[in-house]
Amino acid sequence: MARKVSNRRRVIMSIIAWVMAFLIFFPILWTIILSFKTEGDAIRAPLQVLTSGWTLESYHTVFERSNYFRHFMNSVVISFGSVFLALVIAIPAAWAMAFVPGKRTKDVLMWMLSTKMMPAVGVLVPIYLMFRDWGLLDTRIGLIIVLCLMNLPIVIWMLFTYFKEIPNDILEAARMDGATLGSEIIYVLTPMAIPGIASTLLLNVILAWNEAFWTLNLTAAKAAPLTAFIAAYSSPEGLFYAKLSAASTLAIAPILILGWFSQKQLVRGLTFGAVK
Amino acid sequence: MGQIELKGVTKRFGDVEVIPPLDLMIDEGEFVVFVGPSGCGKSTLLRLIAGLEDVSGGHIEIDGADATDLPPAKRSLAMVFQSYALYPHMSVRKNIAFPLKMAKIDPAVAKEKVENAARVLNLGDYLERRPGQLSGGQRQRVAIGRAIVREPAAFLFDEPLSNLDAALRVNMRLEISELHQKLKTTMVYVTHDQVEAMTMADKIVVLRAGHIEQVGSPLELYRSPRNLFVAGFIGSPKMNFIEGAEAAKHDAHTIGIRPEHTLVSATEGRWKGKVTVSEHLGSDTFLHVETEHGLINVRGDGEVSLHAGDTAYLSPDESQLHRFDAQGMAI
Amino acid sequence: MSTQASRSAARLMISPSVILLFLWMAVPLGMTIWFSFQRYNLLMPGQTGFVGFQNYEYFLTDPAFFTALWNTLALVGGVLLITVIGGMLLALLLDQPVFGQGIVRILVIAPFFVMPTVSALVWKNMFYNPVNGIFGYISEFFGFQPYDYLAHAPLLSITIIVAWQWLPFATLILLTALQSLDSEQLEAAEMDGASIWSRFIYIMVPHLSRAATVVILIQTIFLLSTFAEILVTTNGGPGNASTTLTYLVYVQSLLQFDVGGGAAGGVVAVILANIVAIFLMRMIGKNLEA
Repeated sequence: MARKVSNRRRVIMSIIAWVMAFLIFFPILWTIILSFKTEGDAIRAPLQVLTSGWTLESYHTVFERSNYFRHFMNSVVISFGSVFLALVIAIPAAWAMAFVPGKRTKDVLMWMLSTKMMPAVGVLVPIYLMFRDWGLLDTRIGLIIVLCLMNLPIVIWMLFTYFKEIPNDILEAARMDGATLGSEIIYVLTPMAIPGIASTLLLNVILAWNEAFWTLNLTAAKAAPLTAFIAAYSSPEGLFYAKLSAASTLAIAPILILGWFSQKQLVRGLTFGAVK
Repeated sequence: MGQIELKGVTKRFGDVEVIPPLDLMIDEGEFVVFVGPSGCGKSTLLRLIAGLEDVSGGHIEIDGADATDLPPAKRSLAMVFQSYALYPHMSVRKNIAFPLKMAKIDPAVAKEKVENAARVLNLGDYLERRPGQLSGGQRQRVAIGRAIVREPAAFLFDEPLSNLDAALRVNMRLEISELHQKLKTTMVYVTHDQVEAMTMADKIVVLRAGHIEQVGSPLELYRSPRNLFVAGFIGSPKMNFIEGAEAAKHDAHTIGIRPEHTLVSATEGRWKGKVTVSEHLGSDTFLHVETEHGLINVRGDGEVSLHAGDTAYLSPDESQLHRFDAQGMAI
Repeated sequence: MSTQASRSAARLMISPSVILLFLWMAVPLGMTIWFSFQRYNLLMPGQTGFVGFQNYEYFLTDPAFFTALWNTLALVGGVLLITVIGGMLLALLLDQPVFGQGIVRILVIAPFFVMPTVSALVWKNMFYNPVNGIFGYISEFFGFQPYDYLAHAPLLSITIIVAWQWLPFATLILLTALQSLDSEQLEAAEMDGASIWSRFIYIMVPHLSRAATVVILIQTIFLLSTFAEILVTTNGGPGNASTTLTYLVYVQSLLQFDVGGGAAGGVVAVILANIVAIFLMRMIGKNLEA
């Protein structure tokens, strides 16, 4: 039931909320603003920055000098590749656990989650050595495998919580209606599961895109995604604020947009269904 | 077509025996209702017949052929679920046509069957809608439509009316009865509502804790319940039970008398008591009377002018008295 | 609640995930444990062999370990404190009827989607930089000496960066929990004569405590492996002032090539993370039954 709220209170609350939102968003906003400035203007006092002229110069430089596009493609291939691979492995598993739960299903799920609890440094050394020996260092496929395994528990859990919301009755109805396992999956389950699969994909692409432990440690130049590309700016080049801002804006823009679409799923996904 | 026989059917979940060995014969064209309190195993029994659960022992025969190990789709049964279980992403037309599509029926034939079913169920105007846009009663009809297009040997209903409001429930009850008159197909219907059971069934199976307490026509169960449980479960309001000296007078451990078989008077009668609650419905009057034998409910025809606090005299109709022994079995 | 055939199909469908995750967890972890008992330095390929608990001894008695342990606890604790309290306040604010609520939400959630390397660089250069950073200009404006945050308060500076990244997560989850609170409950309490303050204490806080626990546990898991923010801003320095356990293990194994020592550190990190994990698993496990 909507409650009556006085207008004055609403205005005050709105002002506070907008100020807070602005402060929290400010670092991103500032980065975007600086990316449209010349290097000289970018390091002036904040008020002078705002009044100085606008330019696309930094974006041109970023595109010309660094191989921005290759790193962007690395990020795309690695994040989507790892999530697609994880989905292929996870969908049957989540389906089985949601619809044919056995006595140990809960234990299996909890165990899968527990693999996520292991800190990456705990296995950094062997993974690094194995990758070195197998020639997987600085390759896209190597990172796809690692990120796939890293996100697999989350993917399974998210799918599981979505699948569990599909009423079992409907699948049984399909079975009564004469559907084989195959047609049950094609005609009934998949259409109902697509929204859940889509949000699982979205959230995990975001996680993979921003992953910055394995991507930094297992890549050098060739397969480096945007996380590693940006990290390279931490050296003296960081002083070129405008170019740093342009590169950063380019790196976060796609995921920021995807992220805004997925905020609802984010809560469920990252809390493993514990908060809805 | 449509004879179902259960022979020694058993179901265990782990170590828990939900249904001890059970035999039951459902004849062709019969409307059989499984009734019992929640947790009595009636839904499980239905799901065993449907093939949605494996039996732990015994056999299920459909039309004389062993169907124990057949998957649900091969049993030529159709089921209507409590939640209706409509496919939310398909239109009404596609929902009803789904079993035909699965059976690879020629689309032209299927189209005609769907339209026939829709006509029978008054769904003609809704064929292109999604289930989400329908009311509860309409959804229920779609679920039934999906069941009838298959022309199954028998229909299975799992508490199909429990999600509907009271008025709609009465309507749908009539519609299902009419459908049974029209199709003359075997129907197995699960409910916890004894009114549904009494009004619709040819044969009622009363279950408790997986056991069959009694099988019989509605009036048989009403007139001669085999034990205290059936006596208490069938009939509304519930039968009154009296123990002790009053029961001993009739050579019984417990006697039972239905509210409608008790005469109520303000002046004279066998048992004296005080009215605690009176419900005046116009057509009937229900009184709760506190007597020396405990609280007794009675139903008076028409208007009885007794109210809370008044003294009432009750006289049971001796010919309608039920007698039970110490084990609760009818004598 | 199913038939025999579907159960065996189910087992078949689960097994690839189980096998892969098992390999992913067991093999490297087993190797880490194995290395942790070996003398194994990539710069000294000849000298290998079993050394017992020597690596652990070195790692655990190294003063850097205690600094790192303390830094890890301070970082995690600091971020949790800021995000949970800040998130609670923000969630209460965003739950109010506000003009343009959708846009406010989008702005608040944004930092969570910024990759760690970008947020670290942006804060390092545009905010903390004593010459050109905004904080520098602000202190100058008020007539103070510019302060080199990353040099003088490296851990606090990193804590603020990480807290900025996680504040949206805490806010979003607490807000979701707040919105799932039945408004009739609050109205009932109001009818019972509860003031705003008592409604907050007796109804909202208990309702939020579960979500807050989830926030704390999940963030802890992620925060224990904070890495990029440190690598980009301070490289763990100055000295060891901002080195956490994760970073120390990284330095030892990939910069000093001491595989054995790094592995021992890794095992220590795993044990610490597991202590947190046990609590988290209990929470989620309980929820699974409900």
